[in-house]
Amino acid sequence: MSSGSALDLTQIKQSEESAISAINAAKNLDELKQIKIDFIGDKSPLAKANQALGSLSPEDRAQFGKLIGSARAAVNQSFAAKTAELEVARDQSVLVTEKVDVTLPGKNTLKGGLHPLTLLTNEINDLFIGLGYEIAEGPELESEWLNFDALNIPVDHPARTMQDTFFIEPLDSKLVLRTHTSPVQIRTMLDQKPPIYVICPGKVYRADELDATHTPVFHQVEGLVIDENITMADLKGTLDYFAKSIFGEEVKTRLRPSYFPFTEPSAEVDFFFNGRWVEWGGCGMVNEKVLIACGIDPKKYSGFAFGMGLERTLMVKYGITDMHDIVEGDIRFSQFFGSGKQ
Amino acid sequence: MKIPLSWLREYVAIPNKISNNDLAEAFVKVGFEVESIQVQGADLTGPLRVGKVISIEELSEHKKPIRYVGLDLGESKNRFVICGARNFKVNDLVVVALPGSVLPGNFAISARQTYGKTSDGMICSAKELGISDDAAGIIVLPSGKIGSDAISLLEINDVIFDIAVNPDRGYAMSLRGLARELAGSLNLKFIDPANLNYVKKFNSVKSAKGVSVKIEDKDGADLIYVRTIDSIDSKRVTPLWMQRRIEKCGMRSISLTVDITNYVMLELGQPLHAFDADVIVGGLRVASAAKYKKIKTLDKVDRNLTPSDLLICDQSGPQALAGTMGGLNSEVSGATKKIALEAAHFNPVRIAKNSRNHLLSSEASRRIERGTDPVLTAVASARATNLLIELAGGKLINTSVAGVIAPAKKIKVTAAQIEAKIGFAYSNKQIKDALSSIGCKVIGASSVFTVSVPSWRPDLATVSDLCEEVARYNGYKLIPSRVPVGKSGGKLSQLQRRKRNIAKMLSNKGFTEVINYPFTNQEMMDILGFTGDRAKTFRIANPMSEEFPLLRTHLIPGLLTALQRNIGRGTKDLALFEMGSVFRNTQAPKSITLPTTNKKPDSKTISQIYGSVPKQMLFVGGVLSGNKSQDSWQGKGQLFTWSDAISAAVEIVESTGNSFEIVSTELAPWHPGRCAEIKVDGKAIAHAGELHPRVCATLNLPERTCVFAVIISELPLKEFSTAPQIWNMPPVVQDIALVVSKDVSAFALEKCLKEGAGNLLESISLFDRYDQIGDGKVSLAFTLTFRASDRTLTSDEVSKYRDSAVSAAAKEFGATLRG
Repeated sequence: MSSGSALDLTQIKQSEESAISAINAAKNLDELKQIKIDFIGDKSPLAKANQALGSLSPEDRAQFGKLIGSARAAVNQSFAAKTAELEVARDQSVLVTEKVDVTLPGKNTLKGGLHPLTLLTNEINDLFIGLGYEIAEGPELESEWLNFDALNIPVDHPARTMQDTFFIEPLDSKLVLRTHTSPVQIRTMLDQKPPIYVICPGKVYRADELDATHTPVFHQVEGLVIDENITMADLKGTLDYFAKSIFGEEVKTRLRPSYFPFTEPSAEVDFFFNGRWVEWGGCGMVNEKVLIACGIDPKKYSGFAFGMGLERTLMVKYGITDMHDIVEGDIRFSQFFGSGKQ
Repeated sequence: MKIPLSWLREYVAIPNKISNNDLAEAFVKVGFEVESIQVQGADLTGPLRVGKVISIEELSEHKKPIRYVGLDLGESKNRFVICGARNFKVNDLVVVALPGSVLPGNFAISARQTYGKTSDGMICSAKELGISDDAAGIIVLPSGKIGSDAISLLEINDVIFDIAVNPDRGYAMSLRGLARELAGSLNLKFIDPANLNYVKKFNSVKSAKGVSVKIEDKDGADLIYVRTIDSIDSKRVTPLWMQRRIEKCGMRSISLTVDITNYVMLELGQPLHAFDADVIVGGLRVASAAKYKKIKTLDKVDRNLTPSDLLICDQSGPQALAGTMGGLNSEVSGATKKIALEAAHFNPVRIAKNSRNHLLSSEASRRIERGTDPVLTAVASARATNLLIELAGGKLINTSVAGVIAPAKKIKVTAAQIEAKIGFAYSNKQIKDALSSIGCKVIGASSVFTVSVPSWRPDLATVSDLCEEVARYNGYKLIPSRVPVGKSGGKLSQLQRRKRNIAKMLSNKGFTEVINYPFTNQEMMDILGFTGDRAKTFRIANPMSEEFPLLRTHLIPGLLTALQRNIGRGTKDLALFEMGSVFRNTQAPKSITLPTTNKKPDSKTISQIYGSVPKQMLFVGGVLSGNKSQDSWQGKGQLFTWSDAISAAVEIVESTGNSFEIVSTELAPWHPGRCAEIKVDGKAIAHAGELHPRVCATLNLPERTCVFAVIISELPLKEFSTAPQIWNMPPVVQDIALVVSKDVSAFALEKCLKEGAGNLLESISLFDRYDQIGDGKVSLAFTLTFRASDRTLTSDEVSKYRDSAVSAAAKEFGATLRG
């Protein structure tokens, strides 16, 4: 390096060192701001040295230019690192004053909920949709013929008396509040050709006083399958599957011989839950008289049907001891179930 | 039916190692539900002795008359006990619990001071011993050895099964029927109590002094026996064994003659009726009431007859409501010497009608309704006659018969048919054993069987009936388990998905679902001011109570009741919803003749049946009351308003993908100035807003309660088809405030602006409403967002669209820009 040049190597080195040490010594962002003016800004020694490069000889310019460039880069790097460090520190001290109680209740609007009967109906519908069933629905105010006659319950049958059935005035309108969802089965069989796989959920009516276990308006889900080669084994398997889905894998079912006019053979289905046998519903092979009334050839097709009370299913599943809770619409009851719990 | 184990054992050799629960299981296996098992005597310990009353001292100085009774118990000294009952006299035999005995209910007997005397035991009633409900007085025994053990004398230690009998199994309402079922279920030998060797002999006894019988109403009965028994000794009483069996079966001992008829009915299943033969004029006949108008039955009720009632008459008129209850006129009394004993095979339907017409269900009618065994008419009447001879000193003087027994039904069934029904391949032996054990005669050793149905099984008529019997006797446990799967793949229908979506949406918005009884009354409908279709109800002919005899035409009545109930229980802030059918009596009633069921009705008849059923629209409705948000650390809560009800209804309609219009309307029960009507395709589909203040006041509801109702079944079904294209160029936003008359609805103004702004308007929303301008004017401020698909819009271009929107509003509503 030739002597007499305007720039001094040592000075440059010193400028770099003093800038870096000033930066490192900065305690806050305000100090750093001043340091930037003093050591990085246009009037800083390194900036001035850089401006002086123009007056140097080409070989000196290259040599000093390299030196100054690396010194400025080192200073800038230190500055950036220090800035980041001080910003984090500033954030920490400032944001701590903005701390809140995150456990304060956020929601102050009403909590909604579906009635557990709706949730149970949805659950059952989904389960049978998975087995390829459709969901069939029908009117609650129904023709006597569909509610009784077509189901092999003739006019003099005890089930048809005023004690069990709500009749509508005038009596020759032949309308009743359906006593089961079976008229939906009849409508399905009249309107469709087999194979038929349907689930019929809905409201049904019987003239029982409301007490802890009875209600004049309740809900049923019925199933109907009409196909070739359907046997009681298919009924049993379907009920097993149904019970396990609703009450858990370990639940056991049993069929007991019984009597219904619309099935032959007929059975009651029980399930073993929480240490006891619980009556669940009625079932059986669709009576040939019913198939004939609906125009289905009993030589070609056979079928099964079953029906359960949803209130009863719900009571057993959730240990509900009083029917009043289910029918009275007290929101504290439905809200427990929310929009469905798993 | 209640049956004691001791009696069952007479017809089935039940090994002692079989427990009561095993017996119950055996009944359940073949289809008989065991409602209870009562172990009688389990909670009773002696000493319980037979005592003879030797003295009665009446103690009259107490509140009620009390007796101090001297008893001979075969001990060295007589015993004295206090007794409150009065139905006994000196020399009667009674049951005495000695000190140290414990009666049911853990009632320990000891010698004690009472009524100023020492009572050294207790004279017992049947109820106190837990053997019947009869608490009317103490037991007076017909016989017994003084000082002997009364527990064994009264056969107290026994097990009583209460068994539910299905309506198709009349035969099982008897010891005979249930013993046969039990024997079959346990594969034990059955001894038939109907095998009597004297029936033929009794049938041949004839005398002109006997009561004759004929069947005039051939539909009413096809067979009847009347046996005349003379020389009845009226002093004889029912022996203890018979009395106890009758009591164990849940009936009461009445008199020897009546007890015998009841006993035989319990034993065999055939109801019998004994007439005082000396009262009968000119023979008995089975006849319909026809011209007869009245009968007074044994329960002393005067009954008005309908012409089709089935009766047993003599020449003078009705003597019994057939198969249901005897007439008082020919009642057998203590003084009756000569009786006419009737046993008939009635038409079950006619007896069911008798019972229903007169609201009279008797032990006899319950059995006949379910079907009785025609063969038993001869057998049971012979059995009762024999008991009358043995126990009452009677003498059979005549047997009259009318009618004949129908021949046994024969059904052909194959093993393959049974397998096709049940899904299990039973062996030929399993099939034959099952059918034989229920009393069928089975011919055919290979897989085709000819089955003669026993006379007591009128319910067996088809191959399916026999399939059930085979499956039942071999146990439903044998049936395998198989899950069939639908062929077409199931899914919810569009309407079903809509129902689910709406319910879920409302519950997520804070509404709680209720499911109300769809019953209401005229008063509620009047308070709500329902008119037109909403006033057209259906009346239930036999409602649960006269308080709620009508079917709902709307969801609001039930929702308001649920609201009241919740408020009454202390919940103030409520948003309830219900989804359900309503019933409006809007179509002219159609008289309809119901078709037979032996074939499918033709399509015209089916549409008539469907057409006779009124349309039932599906509604969703809601009620809102109190706060929608609570007072909280963030500030004061907000009340529900008419706007919340309307927005719930709007969101429901929107969720179905239908476009709609909102207009202001006046409709009860809403506030006349605060009711929105939502229209789809010009049809009113929903109403929402605030309830009329008068309705709130009348029903004692909180002020400003809001309701909405949407007819979801009337909303057209829409599927989402083509997805929208999302444009990425920057949006340009313009705000405008328009001054219009207060009569102009925000919905209508917004619609007009939308149309005026052209198709680059992406969205519009109302952000301010200022109604303090005066002069009947209001300022409505909107944000309009414009966007193009292909370019950044310039402010000049957007101003042009905005001006076009404003001038459309100016033209239609006289709107001016707010300065």
